[in-house]
Amino acid sequence: MNKVIYKEQLSEDVFLMRLEAPLIAEEREAGQFIMLQIDEDFGERIPLTIADADEKEGSITIIFQIVGKSTKELAKFKVGDFIPTLVGPLGKPTHIENFGTVVCIGGGIGVAPLHPIAQALKKAGNHVITIIGARNKDLIILEKEMDAIADELIICTDDGSYGRKALVTEPLKEICERDPKPNMAIAIGPPVMMKFCSETTKPYKVFTQVSLNTIMVDGTGMCGGCRVNVGDEVKFVCVDGPEFDGHKVDFDNMITRLGSYKKIEHDKSECNLEKEAAKKEAEL
Amino acid sequence: MSYHSPEKIQKSAVENLNEVKKKEVLKPKDRMAIPAQEMPNQDPVQRAKNLEEVSIGYSAEQAQLEAMRCLQCKKAKCINDCPVGIDIPGFIKEIADGNFQEAINIIKNTSLLPAICGRVCPQETQCQMACTVGIGLKDIEKAVAIGRLERFVADWERATGNVRIPQVKAATGKKIAVVGSGPAGLVVAADVRREGHDVTIFEAFHKLGGVMRYGIPEFRLPNDIVDEEIETLKKMGVKVETNFVVGRTRKLVDLINKDGYDAVFVGTGAGLPMFMGIPGENLVGVFSANEYLTRANLMRAFDKDHADTPIYASKKVAVLGGGNVAMDAARMALRLGAEKVSVVYRRTEKEMPARNEEIEHAKEEGIEFNFLQNPKRIIGTDDGRVKAMECLRYQLGEPDASGRRRPIVIEGSEFIMDVDTVLVSIGNGSNPLISQTTPALGVNKWGNIVVNDEQKSSVNKIYAGGDIVLGAATVILAMGEGRRAAAAINKQLSDELKA
Ligand SMILES: Cc1cc2nc3c(=O)[nH]c(=O)nc-3n(C[C@H](O)[C@H](O)[C@H](O)COP(=O)(O)OP(=O)(O)OC[C@H]3O[C@@H](n4cnc5c(N)ncnc54)[C@H](O)[C@@H]3O)c2cc1C
Ligand code: SF4
Ligand code: FES
Repeated sequence: MNKVIYKEQLSEDVFLMRLEAPLIAEEREAGQFIMLQIDEDFGERIPLTIADADEKEGSITIIFQIVGKSTKELAKFKVGDFIPTLVGPLGKPTHIENFGTVVCIGGGIGVAPLHPIAQALKKAGNHVITIIGARNKDLIILEKEMDAIADELIICTDDGSYGRKALVTEPLKEICERDPKPNMAIAIGPPVMMKFCSETTKPYKVFTQVSLNTIMVDGTGMCGGCRVNVGDEVKFVCVDGPEFDGHKVDFDNMITRLGSYKKIEHDKSECNLEKEAAKKEAEL
Repeated sequence: MSYHSPEKIQKSAVENLNEVKKKEVLKPKDRMAIPAQEMPNQDPVQRAKNLEEVSIGYSAEQAQLEAMRCLQCKKAKCINDCPVGIDIPGFIKEIADGNFQEAINIIKNTSLLPAICGRVCPQETQCQMACTVGIGLKDIEKAVAIGRLERFVADWERATGNVRIPQVKAATGKKIAVVGSGPAGLVVAADVRREGHDVTIFEAFHKLGGVMRYGIPEFRLPNDIVDEEIETLKKMGVKVETNFVVGRTRKLVDLINKDGYDAVFVGTGAGLPMFMGIPGENLVGVFSANEYLTRANLMRAFDKDHADTPIYASKKVAVLGGGNVAMDAARMALRLGAEKVSVVYRRTEKEMPARNEEIEHAKEEGIEFNFLQNPKRIIGTDDGRVKAMECLRYQLGEPDASGRRRPIVIEGSEFIMDVDTVLVSIGNGSNPLISQTTPALGVNKWGNIVVNDEQKSSVNKIYAGGDIVLGAATVILAMGEGRRAAAAINKQLSDELKA
């Protein structure tokens, strides 16, 4: 049981929460995630990246977007409420060293997991260029925090409501064309965005690390539900990752697998709607 | 064997018992003549649609009759072949005499989880294989049903509502950590706690029990039974930390160095399900049996109206493999609404590692067995979902290293099987989390922790046992290792206390 000690709505459906979790705060490193359940018996286990941690306060920060039932319910938790199940930190930490110049690309909510990595990279002495992208101005998160770290910050929106009207791949390509080219790129965001970032950097041979958010059940290597093709190998994201070489990841298969239960979840909500409608009718 | 209703079985048991009781003394010949008692089961047609336990358990009359079949051998071979050395003739005699409490007390002297072992132990390859009666009647099926008797008295005790809580000695001030709450961990916790040491179990999941919770389904081992065993431990004062992944939440060695534990037992079980390595294995609709069963059991996806964790809606399911896990996955798929479930196995029924009983039950429920077949690739639809499987036929050749005849592919025998779901159940590697984060810990090439005959690992004060040492094994072997580890830990601690 972990107490919610702070909650903030970052945009229409994006929330930030600080949770009491002293052990995780002490052990976690950049790139790792937690899994939580909103109900111990019937809740599903959802993975969320640790966006930040405060060892003194004994807390971790998560940032999440409402995408399904669990995140919708999670958003209803108030300060003082307890999360029934929280486990972590899971996954391998990001390998941090002074690589030289690193481009950090965050798409939408992906800026949250990117932030601690960019922070650690900066601390290790890297020249950090950050690209943040979102559909529109309202969906840009952590701009101030990223600005504080980055040597160079580029903001893009799809609709041009803020920063450059472009997809993140546009400035990424320009940066790859610079001389000298960056030593490395890290892209975190929706799978399609990571796929195109990887395709953008590939011709320039700029090593690109991506952080995958597959379906997970246990998060400890026991089920294989999180598996992805990386090069010729099958990897388990929860124990071998979550970070992999973006040039080797089979994004198309990963995206298909993310949709494994799409139809089921959809059916379920529809059937709930039907149930509601039937109930209303009965009441009348 | 055809299905007999529980009523019919009970009726003949009562009649037989009355007959037998007429005799003053039972000679071995008379005992051997008592019919072996069949386990009453739920009707196969009905049970394939529910999750309730398949086997109902012996009645008191059946238990007594079955117990009377035991010859009380002087050199009871059954004891030698029991991994924890239960006094089998001893407890069986008490059942025959109607002293059920005494019977369970005898079992509990050596075994901690009789309700569980009685249900899931492979007795047919252990105690019952050695049983004189079975050998005499030249039919292993007719050996004394030791497991069913064990289960009977354990259930009897639970039904009385006052399960004996083992005595705990005065506090010693020593504390030990148990990592993982499968059978190995639970046994260590109990045995070490009895000596008065402080015990904390650390479990990665939100629920305790290990494979007994997330793997073995409700219809074979009801959760209530696992819960009850855990309650007993808690009543003994064992502490529990769920949602705690040792290696991640805390490094293994930090439990000793930072948190002051005097010893640690690692019972983290098998892990990393293996896949076939054939094309199409990452299509939507291909799952490891572990994933499928975890969704259904631990995450309760069978309760579709309440659970948030979804489970794939399947019509035609192929299960790859021939072990207990494969049987459980197949039977679970059926219960979750699949229309047709086929087990695809490279060898023949004789080589299947699954327990006979599971195979029989699966057949009764309508599971199809495709022997001497193996998939070559899995074929998907345009949107990446399983639609069929291309298989090859096999024949048996010479015996291989495991002593089983090696399957040889028949060239050009490819054929297509229509399926929408493939459950892969061909074994597990070892859980890498602890070894990844504990470089000093010695592991073999399969990643299993290497221990000496006292279950000690290469790191001082760290012990290990169960599947993480043995590779995927059994509940009773895990328990046996747990007992040995607990004895060694207790010795370490008492030496330290004396020093
Ligand atoms: C579907 C299925 C059916 C089976 N049927 C039978 C049967 O009929 N009869 C039989 O005898 N055996 C059967 N087995 C095998 C049997 O269940 C195992 O051999 C036995 O459970 C092993 O016990 P264990 O204590 O070593 O580990 P497990 O039962 O695997 O428990 C290990 C526990 O450790 C936890 N853990 C792992 N890593 C960590 C960590 N880093 N930190 C904290 N906790 C951790 C896990 O979450 C788990 O709860 C079956 C197995 C399966 C999967
Ligand atoms: S071997 Fe069989 S008959 Fe002999 S004591 Fe054991 S259970 Fe009884
Ligand atoms: S989530 Fe189960 S193995 Fe990764």
